[in-house]
Amino acid sequence: MDKTIEELHELLKTKQITSKELIVESLKKSHEVQEAYNAFVTILEEAEETTITDNLLSGIPFGIKDNYSTKDILSTGSSNTLKDYVPFFNATAVQKLIDAGAVPVNKTVLDEFGMGGTGTTGHTGIVKNPWDPTRMTAGSSAGSACAVAAGVYPYALGSDTGDSIRKPAAYCGIVGYKPTYGMISRYGLFPFASSLDHCGVLTRSVTDAAIVVDTMKGIDEHDMTSWDSSHIHLYENRNKEVKNMKLCYIKELCDIEFYENPTEELKMHLENFKEKLELCKNLGMEVEEVSVNQKLLDTLPSVYVAISCAEATSNMSNLTGIIFGPRGEGKNVTEMMMDHRTKGFSPLIKRRFIIGSYILQKENQERYFKNAGRVRRLLVDTWKKLYESYDAVILPVGSGPAKHLDGSKDILTKDTAALEEHLQIGNFGGFPSITIPDGFINGLPVALNITGNCYEDEKILSIAHALEQAMPYKNQIAKEVR
Amino acid sequence: MANFITKIGLEMHCEMSKTNSKVFSSAKNEYCEIPNSNIRPLDMGFPGTLPVVNKEAVRLSLMASIILHCRQPEYMYFERKNYYYPDMPKNYQITQNPPEDCVGMEGFLDVEREDGSQFRVGIDNIHLEEDAASLDHYYDTSCIDYNRAGVPLLELVTNPDIHSANDAVTFLEQMRSIYQYANISEADSKKGQIRCDVNVSIMDANLDEENPENWGTKVEIKNINSFGGVRDAINYEIKRQSELKSLGRYNEVEQETRRWDEESGTTIRMRSKVDAIDYKYFVDPNIPKFKIESSWLEEIKKSIPLLPLERKAKYIQEYGLSAYDAKVIVKEREYAEYFETCLEIGMDAKTSANWLTTQILGEINRINISIKDFYLTPKLLKQIIDAIKNGTISSKQAKEIFYQALEEQKEPSSYINSDMAQISDKTELENMITKILEENPQQVTEYKNGKDNLFDYFVGQVMKNTHGKANPVITKEILKDKLDKKR
Repeated sequence: MDKTIEELHELLKTKQITSKELIVESLKKSHEVQEAYNAFVTILEEAEETTITDNLLSGIPFGIKDNYSTKDILSTGSSNTLKDYVPFFNATAVQKLIDAGAVPVNKTVLDEFGMGGTGTTGHTGIVKNPWDPTRMTAGSSAGSACAVAAGVYPYALGSDTGDSIRKPAAYCGIVGYKPTYGMISRYGLFPFASSLDHCGVLTRSVTDAAIVVDTMKGIDEHDMTSWDSSHIHLYENRNKEVKNMKLCYIKELCDIEFYENPTEELKMHLENFKEKLELCKNLGMEVEEVSVNQKLLDTLPSVYVAISCAEATSNMSNLTGIIFGPRGEGKNVTEMMMDHRTKGFSPLIKRRFIIGSYILQKENQERYFKNAGRVRRLLVDTWKKLYESYDAVILPVGSGPAKHLDGSKDILTKDTAALEEHLQIGNFGGFPSITIPDGFINGLPVALNITGNCYEDEKILSIAHALEQAMPYKNQIAKEVR
Repeated sequence: MANFITKIGLEMHCEMSKTNSKVFSSAKNEYCEIPNSNIRPLDMGFPGTLPVVNKEAVRLSLMASIILHCRQPEYMYFERKNYYYPDMPKNYQITQNPPEDCVGMEGFLDVEREDGSQFRVGIDNIHLEEDAASLDHYYDTSCIDYNRAGVPLLELVTNPDIHSANDAVTFLEQMRSIYQYANISEADSKKGQIRCDVNVSIMDANLDEENPENWGTKVEIKNINSFGGVRDAINYEIKRQSELKSLGRYNEVEQETRRWDEESGTTIRMRSKVDAIDYKYFVDPNIPKFKIESSWLEEIKKSIPLLPLERKAKYIQEYGLSAYDAKVIVKEREYAEYFETCLEIGMDAKTSANWLTTQILGEINRINISIKDFYLTPKLLKQIIDAIKNGTISSKQAKEIFYQALEEQKEPSSYINSDMAQISDKTELENMITKILEENPQQVTEYKNGKDNLFDYFVGQVMKNTHGKANPVITKEILKDKLDKKR
């Protein structure tokens, strides 16, 4: 299970292995990973082999984040409010993979409904980092990142509202890719913040990400925000020439001078990143430093909180325990709903609902919600402007390797906030965005991210692919370093 | 009470029954007795479901907007109205939020009263939204039927331009008829397709009505299900407010929401406006804004069928109908359709109108059915009317055949045969009349001396001899001719 999709397909085609054998191995590995890192809500013991066709994904096991609706399979969103919910329909993206002959073998843990970035808030407990179990995987696609890094299968589905695919991919030393907004239908994805939610995938190589998203994508009559991408062929075009492509990075985020008391890890991370920029140049790409207003960058966290919490408050008001989910107790419907929601949601989520509700109040809308929308537009326009001169923006992910589960060991400084959260711009603008591992700090993986303009998925994938080929981190499996 | 002016504003909710599917879900849009049979996962708010806008619902709502002389938006989008209620599983309603852009803004409708006089009602807005599920409350339990959840709903809001309960009902009736003619909705209040909220306030008659500062306290009455209820609720509210004002206790009239209680014939306080819910509206991110092309609007405009008032004018001017007949026929789209089918298959306009407004409407009202279910379709009616025209039957016989055919549900033609045929043969009638005159010399003499009313006596004799089958027109002609010669 530590092989690429192409390799596995070749083995299946030539009958050197069977789909059944892969499933058995993947399930065995699932149990080991569950034992060690608590990555799964459900392990699908009954998973059945499929016919091997010319489709690269046929017969190969994969994992599904537990906020995708899966027919006849428990789908909890890692929340007590849906701890017993078994949907009767598949999310479009899941159905497309099943139609391709892919075999789901487990449902992975997330931060409750995707509303968290630590992998510690799922109702089944925290997910540990397979490189170092004292550290976070980050989230919210925590279980998916952990399982792919641990070699349970070549890929798992994720969703990304702020950085929920791309951050855990970085912390776990794998590839995380969310395509342009609407390229993959969101039908059947439990919503967090609809205008920011993206489906995507976590893999160990850019090629695998291209193969999987080629299958997941497509216009869907059930999702009005989906669009026809039949002209886009990620796998076929991943080898496109990158010579003469122009990249830019943002001075305010990448220059150590902008940080008052930088940690050693941050210094190493940024130095490593600068080295990788040299690598880009060696590959024939142009790399330039650009400057973006620091004040604008500093708005990132609050803009994200305002928009995501507001939309989440409304999106999750269907969770009442009346039609689905455990029924609450009470003398009347209102009491029953209140009981269900009081017991079902974690404190973190409740906090977000209160923020969202406050922001949407008539007297606050203009100041918070509408202004957040305006600043979102400013940020997106700033990036769009960059895309007029550059093919992609390349930036380091986070301020270093995975944070400790025991937060007291991490030195958090306010001035790294924008560095930690800049991936959200990809969600604000719906930009295609991919994270790939770019090195190690103290034995733990770190990553860089490439984000391009909408609909230019082929371009950012070919840049990521070229860079990946030039670095030794492709297809790495996590080894516990301590 | 004559020293007060009443100001009435209406909110009319009308379910659009003429789309195939619901407004944001692919479930069938069809009235169904079996609860929870027309539903899709979205209608019950299952996690991960998404709304998809029904283009036909948008088209029909834009048509209503055009008919009401409203301004249409450049871009269409929808908003979420957030509140918890068991009839709404998502716990938000997808709707529009005027004065933000909606289907139609700032229009008007000219309304015609029974006596032919007209008044204009300003339209604040008309917007498209989804209906909620229906709830049935029992002693210790409530049942929810999601068939109605997601049915497209048009909400029309008027300015407070209406001054009497009668005018309010006339407006509503005309709107209902417009919805029916434009094929937007059956607009059947029996099926709960129309629901109204009413705003009523009174002000001193000697003050300037144009100045909103002079307006009184607005009381809202919610969820009235029939036009009769609208009339009664308004009249009750005018009386209540006027009495309080006359007694100098106008401060007791509060800006509040009341409901109409049909049983007691009174309005009952629900909540003060101060407790109004904050619905936390925001644009639904799942529905991208889409441009309303002016070419599409043109196309929609062209497809608007003739509306009742225009149709009435046409009936009078082109087909020569009386104003009364024209009014009766256009009252319901189905009547007009029946009438126009008669014309299409070559029947005479006045004759068809006459049969429709008397025999047919009389009969369908008596047995309380829709004209669509009426056995004698225009095609079958034509059999009777043709037979009168060729003189095969008399109009008296025609009526008998009409009722007999209805009773036995058989084609009228099966009752029309040669035996019933009128005697129109001139020679035969001449011989018979000559004989009758010979047999009644005394009456002939009296007629000659000026007793004109004996003419009918002779006609009667002919009818008696022919068992009523003599063609009355020809009979009278011959009689007149022969008797006049004798004078």
